[in-house]
Parts: sequence; structure tokens; C-alpha cells
Amino acid sequence: MKLKSYLKKKLVSKELDEQLDRIEKPVGSLGYDPWGFNTETNKIVFSLFSGVYNKYFRVETTGLEHIPDNGPVLIIANHSGQLPIDGTLIGYAVANREHAPRYPRAMIERFFPTVPYLGNLLNQLGAVLGDPTNCAKMLDNGEAVIVFPEGIRGSGKLYKDRYQLQRFGNGFIRLAMQHNTPIVPVGVVGCEETIPAIANIKPLAKLLGIPYVPVALPFIFPAKVHLNFGKPIYFENEELTEDQVIRRVEKVKKSISHLIAKGLEQRKSIF
Amino acid sequence: MSTTNKKNNGSKTKKPIVLVTGAAGALAQQVIHRLRKTCQIVAVDFRKETYHSDDIPSYKLDYNKRVFEDLFKTYKFDYVIHLGRIQSSEETMQRRYNANVLGTQKLMDLSHKYGVRHVLILSTFHVYGADAYNPALIDESAPLKAAELTQDLVDSVELENLANIYLWKYPDLNITILRPCNIVGPGVNNTISRLLSSNRPPCLLGFSPVMQFIHIEDMADAIELAHKKHKRGVYNVAPKDWVAFQEALSLAGCSPMPIPSIPPVLPRIISRVLNLKSFPSYLINYFRYPVVIDGSEFEKEFQFTPKRPLKEILRTYKELKDA
Repeated sequence: MKLKSYLKKKLVSKELDEQLDRIEKPVGSLGYDPWGFNTETNKIVFSLFSGVYNKYFRVETTGLEHIPDNGPVLIIANHSGQLPIDGTLIGYAVANREHAPRYPRAMIERFFPTVPYLGNLLNQLGAVLGDPTNCAKMLDNGEAVIVFPEGIRGSGKLYKDRYQLQRFGNGFIRLAMQHNTPIVPVGVVGCEETIPAIANIKPLAKLLGIPYVPVALPFIFPAKVHLNFGKPIYFENEELTEDQVIRRVEKVKKSISHLIAKGLEQRKSIF
Repeated sequence: MSTTNKKNNGSKTKKPIVLVTGAAGALAQQVIHRLRKTCQIVAVDFRKETYHSDDIPSYKLDYNKRVFEDLFKTYKFDYVIHLGRIQSSEETMQRRYNANVLGTQKLMDLSHKYGVRHVLILSTFHVYGADAYNPALIDESAPLKAAELTQDLVDSVELENLANIYLWKYPDLNITILRPCNIVGPGVNNTISRLLSSNRPPCLLGFSPVMQFIHIEDMADAIELAHKKHKRGVYNVAPKDWVAFQEALSLAGCSPMPIPSIPPVLPRIISRVLNLKSFPSYLINYFRYPVVIDGSEFEKEFQFTPKRPLKEILRTYKELKDA
């Protein structure tokens, strides 16, 4: 913890400290919330991540104003890139926006809590185990929650399948309806090219108990990233059959497809 | 049956008569201290006889022995506060099962037979089990997964299951089950308190789950409130404050000794080989994955607010080390 204090002193400027303190967060007396989010860790990583966001991935955003200033919101995006870089970039973009910045919470794959250091670090940055109970409680708390309904089908897909949306889980629609929560679709372009994988060593993944082992260069490429936030989509809370829920899922999926197409049009080159 | 004081044996009093089990423990002593003015206390512990005061009869006995029933006949208890659960770090599995499960069953049967009006049972948040897939803010309706994750906690889960059956079978017993988070503070001798008291406590390399701590005096207040209200049901007891385990160790003035965490079997082997009593193998997953419980139902129902701040609780351990 001495290291954390030291890093904060060295890395976090007074302005950044004050800027992030303005974001309201229901944390306890030691800066933690029940999911492990920690304000101090966030400030340190935020200061380090600024260069990665602005200089390495040179992220460009549109439509950030569609995220409500407060209250629950589900930020639904396409997933790619083997590592949770896309969630981190979306989180940074929302926390860094000029008007009404928020700390969104990313729902992460279930194997992350089992990974030493990484699991705790992601939790301290606000990431949360992708569990419907967690999501429901956070929406009740009025949080902005980032969900990748493709899950590992999206993040672990191969380079040849880039920008092809995989099957979406349906849970987010039911949560949005039950908690009267708007859905803000996001199209992420660029993360597919950060760690292009040509194959997945499934037997090794099974042996290690992890979802995939990509055959890729051990390097994160500095692809230029476009994040396009769409207009909020509202769904009435009604008793629906699974088929009707799937139709609503398809509506969100279509909206994300349009936003991805927009990002691909905006992109002049991969890097 | 042995006793340190039987002066009040059979005496008539207007004060309600309360049986407190596990009386030798620090928590029971706090509870007895709070209730002694308004209740006549009878203290029981299976481990040792303890002296509380001249007006508190104290017994050392096994809840499974017939002599236990004599206490119910003699004192005609109005209320029972059952704090006498053997922790998993104590005794063998068989003895724990006998005491925690069969002993508690005997206690509830006797309570029903002799017209006890309220039974309060102290359980633990460990019953939820430490699992990588646990959501945060686990509420009382969540499944009790501890038994499927480790055999050493079977008795804790069985005790709860049994108490839940009696809760519905005998509504007149008004059973209240409390599932507190980590109870810490002066005199507490459980695993987490021993770790915080230690200079070089073990911890898992790369894992620092979020934890909740409740001060022993706050827990005694919670028990007193539950005892007074006689409200049936199961309640988590935890403050709305959280800290990562390794930060808690640091604030308690500890210099943690990291032990390898992967593959998962390795820390269990290390714990067994080195016989690390403050880091038992069956609790290792509680130092790997968070088990964060939601105490809001208890707060709401009993108007309970813990008074001791988390920082102060941990600082006490540091001050004890510095002294």
C-alpha cells in the first residue's frame, strides 16, 4: 500500500486528482466498493493510461453525449482483441469526457478472477465478474455498466472473422427491461487489429482452464481505435417470450453493426 | 455437569432467563455483559467453565449429553442465544459435526419441548463458499455453496440447513439466524483475527479479495438487537464498508508473507505441510476470492448501524503490535 501512495504521489497530478474526485462514486471509508473498485488505483492507472489512449491507440470518439449524465445505463459494445482493451478504452472515454464524466463498470469474462494480479487489478479499475446478479445490483445503484454480449465468442475470435458480430447473449435485454435502463450501443473499430490471432490452441486452453490460447505475436499493435456511441435505445418492461427478446437483441445488434460500419468508413488506415 | 455457580438455581425472578452457549468466547462475554442487567443469564460452554460473575451460573457441558436437558428443566429458559459453534480450525470433523449439527439439533428440540420463545443462532458468512463466480453483495437467498467447495465446512452448512428446517417446523421458536462477516477485535480468536494480529501473516501471491470486517462490540450490539426483537429469519450482518485483504493487513501493521497461488493446489499443500493454523487449507479460497455479503436487510429490519469505523478497527491491531 506504500507503493500505491508512492505511485499516486509521483503520477497523479493535482488537477487529475480533483477532476476524478468530482465523479461521484459510492465507496466506503477506504475507497473501495463491494465489487473491489478502488479510487486510488483508478487515479494511478488513469494517469498512466492517458498516453496509451491518446498517443498509442489515438482513440477518436463520437456520440459520448448519448451516455446519460447519471442513472443506470447499459453500454453495449462489440468485443474483440483477445484482451479487455476495448472495455478499458470505453471506460476511459466515458470517465474522461468533459461534461458529466462517469466511471463505468465493465462486465468481464468469468475466468479473470482466477488470474493472479490481473483479476484484482481489473476489479480495482471497476471491472466486475459478468454475472446477472452483479449487473442487476449495479443498475440498482445507478451505475453505467459496459457489457459485451458476445463474451469470449467475440474477444477470442480469429483475425479472419474480424468485425463479424458473433451470437449475442440475451441477458442484457432482460436486465435493461427489468431495471428500466436505456441501452447505449457502441461500435468499436481498431481493437480487432491490436492482437490479431490466426488460430486458437483449444487443447492447451482446456488444460490451462482458460477460454482460449491465441496463436498471435506477443505484441499489442498500435491500431487506431474509433469508438462510436449510438443513441440510447429504450425497451418497455413487458412479459416477453424468448423469441420476442431475441428480436430486441437483434435490434441492438443491428445498431452496433451500423456503428461499426461507420467506424470502418471513418478509418483511413489500420494504424 | 460442572458449574462455577449454582446460587440462582431455581430462584424466582421477573427477569427473563437466557441461555447463552459458547460462553467462554469473547463474543459471548460481550453479549452477556450487555444483557445481564435486563436478563438472568445462564452460561454454557463445552470447552471450559468460565466465571462471569456471582449472579451468572456457568456450566461446562456437552450439548449432546442428557444432563443438558436438566438445565432446561431447572431454569425454564425464555430465550436461547446459541453462539457455541465450533470453528473449523477447532477439533476434528467428526467432533465438530457432533457438536455443531447434532448438538444444535438437541438444543432446538429442547427449546421446543420447554417452550423457549426465541432462539438466536450465530452462523457465518463462510457458508456461502468462496468461489470465483461469486457475485458481490450476496443476499440471504443465495445458495450455500461452502459444503460443495470444502468438506471442512459441511458442519457449518448442515447447522444452517437444520436451523432453517426448525425455523419453519416450529414457528413458535422464532429462530433468528445471523450470518456475520469477519468478526474481529480484541479477544477474538478466529482465523482472520489471528492473521491480523500476526507480524508476518501469509497471503496468496497476486490475490487480494475484498473483505468486510465487523468489530466484536458491533456484533454484540447486533446480537442484542436481534435478541430483543425476536424476529424470525435469516440475516447477513456486515457493514457497508470494504477493503482489499492485503490493504487490511497493511493497515493492521502486518508485513505479509506471500505464498505461491498457482496451481491452486500448491498453497493448500504448503498450508498442510507447514501446518499453518492461521491460514488453514480449507479457508484458502476465502483469501483468493471475495465473499462480500449484503447486510442491508438486517440494517433495515433492526435499525442496526455499526459504530466502529473500519480504519479504527484495523489500526487497533497495528497499535497492539507497536505497543
